[in-house]
Amino acid sequence: MRMNGARIMLECLKKEGVDTVFGYPGGTVINIYDELFSFKEIRHILPRHEQAGTHAADGYARATGKVGVALATSGPGATNTVTGIATAYMDSIPMVIITGQVPTPLIGNDAFQEVDIIGITRPCTKHSFLIRDVKDVASIMKKAFFIARTGRPGPVLVDFPKDIQVAQTEFVYPETVEIRSYKPNLEGHPRQVEKAFKMILESRRPVLYVGGGVVLGDAAEQLTVLARKLSVPVTTTLMGLGSFPGDDSLSLGMLGMHGSYYANMAMTHSDLIIAVGSRFDDRVTGKLATFAPHARIIHVDIDPTSIKKNVRVDLPIVGDVKDVLTKMIKQADKAKEKVTEFVASLNPWQEEITGWKMKHPLSYKNSSTIIKPQFVIQKLRELSDDDAIIATDVGQHQMWTAQFFQFNRPRTLLTSGGLGTMGYGLPAAMGAQAAFPGRQVITICGDGGVQMNIQEMATLVQNKLPVKIVILNNNFLGMVRQWQELFFDKRYSQTCMELPIDFVKLADAYGAKGFSTSKPGDVEKVIKQAFKENGPVIMEFKIAREEKVIPMVPAGASLNEMVLNA
Amino acid sequence: MQHTISVLVENEFGVLSRVASLFSGRGFNIDSLTVAPTNDEGLSRMTIVTRGDDQILEQINKQLNKLIDVLKVLDFSDGSAIEREMALIKVTAEDESRAEVLRIVDIFRAKIIDVTPKSYTIEATGNPLKIDAILDLLRPLGLKELVRTGAVAIGRGAKGWKG
Repeated sequence: MRMNGARIMLECLKKEGVDTVFGYPGGTVINIYDELFSFKEIRHILPRHEQAGTHAADGYARATGKVGVALATSGPGATNTVTGIATAYMDSIPMVIITGQVPTPLIGNDAFQEVDIIGITRPCTKHSFLIRDVKDVASIMKKAFFIARTGRPGPVLVDFPKDIQVAQTEFVYPETVEIRSYKPNLEGHPRQVEKAFKMILESRRPVLYVGGGVVLGDAAEQLTVLARKLSVPVTTTLMGLGSFPGDDSLSLGMLGMHGSYYANMAMTHSDLIIAVGSRFDDRVTGKLATFAPHARIIHVDIDPTSIKKNVRVDLPIVGDVKDVLTKMIKQADKAKEKVTEFVASLNPWQEEITGWKMKHPLSYKNSSTIIKPQFVIQKLRELSDDDAIIATDVGQHQMWTAQFFQFNRPRTLLTSGGLGTMGYGLPAAMGAQAAFPGRQVITICGDGGVQMNIQEMATLVQNKLPVKIVILNNNFLGMVRQWQELFFDKRYSQTCMELPIDFVKLADAYGAKGFSTSKPGDVEKVIKQAFKENGPVIMEFKIAREEKVIPMVPAGASLNEMVLNA
Repeated sequence: MQHTISVLVENEFGVLSRVASLFSGRGFNIDSLTVAPTNDEGLSRMTIVTRGDDQILEQINKQLNKLIDVLKVLDFSDGSAIEREMALIKVTAEDESRAEVLRIVDIFRAKIIDVTPKSYTIEATGNPLKIDAILDLLRPLGLKELVRTGAVAIGRGAKGWKG
């Protein structure tokens, strides 16, 4: 059938199984919007800012595992998506971002609302396309989705000039896609897996160090099976939380800068680190020279560039984590006796770890007069549904959530780990809620970050997305304040948010419900009340202003040099 | 250590800037870069001369391979390739130095491609070290202008590398 480029774009989205698009109209996408007007198969959600639309597509992708789609007009619309794209890129989130572009004859002429968005986003996209012929729309869309979701996933930008949207051609969607220069290696080499298994059996102090790759690769189940079969303790990165049940006795929780004492001690004393879908980020390793000094390292990752980027690796395995973990489970099943022996040999190691857990458990000093943020997180955990999705913003509350929420399922924590984007939480929760209207979706924010995309309250109310917004309000940019307290002699330069905001009134202004309390005794009541509401709710908790995130490995220090007391 | 890397890329829009921005964004050095179409119309071949320790070179190779438009990467670090570069050199050539320039051109089997009463323009081809050597000899005589292509490289032996 003959149709215009704009319509072809929508048909392609439908073919790719896209049910929701987060987009914002403008001059160079008006033709797409005109087609959308009568195109009922795709639900369009109108955020109040393109950045939020991109984060929403990202939250949708993280919660579902599908490719998130954002749409924006050229120029400022496109540049507003950049933070969202970079956020997704750093955390390897599959997304397709479609931007309008000025008509092809005007490209390069500094036309109205023209910007070289391909150039601007080159370092933060997995790939990008400029459509220059209407005949290419379908094949480019097919490639874009393929590239976004395969291999190490990531955002792909498609720049779509206005004249191409109007031009007509026959619509044929390619059945298959073949890119000769893009062949991600999915299967872990069997010999390498065998060697890895042998190394594991030889180890006496092994640790599984697990990252977001296990969540993205839908391999949480395989990881859990393998860890339990071999009784190997598991620590996860921020992005890996949920890939292994936080309440399992083998769980060491999160490692790194604000990780648990016992996770960091286990890494430091380990003789074998099995890194799965993690990338030895500087927030995880601390000082590289003293990182895991006694350990041999096995590194499983789908992206070869992640391997040996920051640390030496004794055994690299390039492949899909699910494939590699499945192969390892098979190895374990073939060698039952050896595995039994191995598990028994780990007893001293488990005891040592238990000792560290007892010595410095994750803890805080609760108070009856002032709300402690960790207490709110624990109450949220207690009162929320088992499959609740938590989106955080970035800062202290993010770390408290990582430490105290105890995630048990993959894809229940949406958080900006790599880029650390303030303003992410609320729109990401919006995206997740759009994907799962029936599930509880909660965003935990600070008073700083929530104000970076607070306009999305309108989108929540308008689209009946009942996100529950928790604001841990300390009237500070708390994480920076903490650094200023610890490393800058308490010189709180520009970190005090001096004007107190009435968040209850603010919720009211948007037509949402708002609750606020400063009393520890009311925390439970407020959460229960909020969860009962059918619409979006703001819960403001006025917390202890100078509470710190502890433990902490100061930047540049070794993992075992933790600040343990507030 | 200096490495010469051959990169076979799809002739797609913006591929050069993807490679260039990879090098600048990750702090890798480029000593020279050449690019031109190959026998296969859809492909171009880049030759990049870069430097770094083993770990950096490994990252450069992997990062190049990770680019969607990159088909193959070949690192000619072990002397397995023949390298050639061309230079166009404009030198002062007056009175007593005219003969000296000609002698140097002859020794290096270079060519004079433009002559004026005050200058010679020389075309020199060879291994980049040879180009360095001729330049060292010409420089004292008065180098007016220099254009180098950067190295191109091809593997030794019978085996061909498609593209």
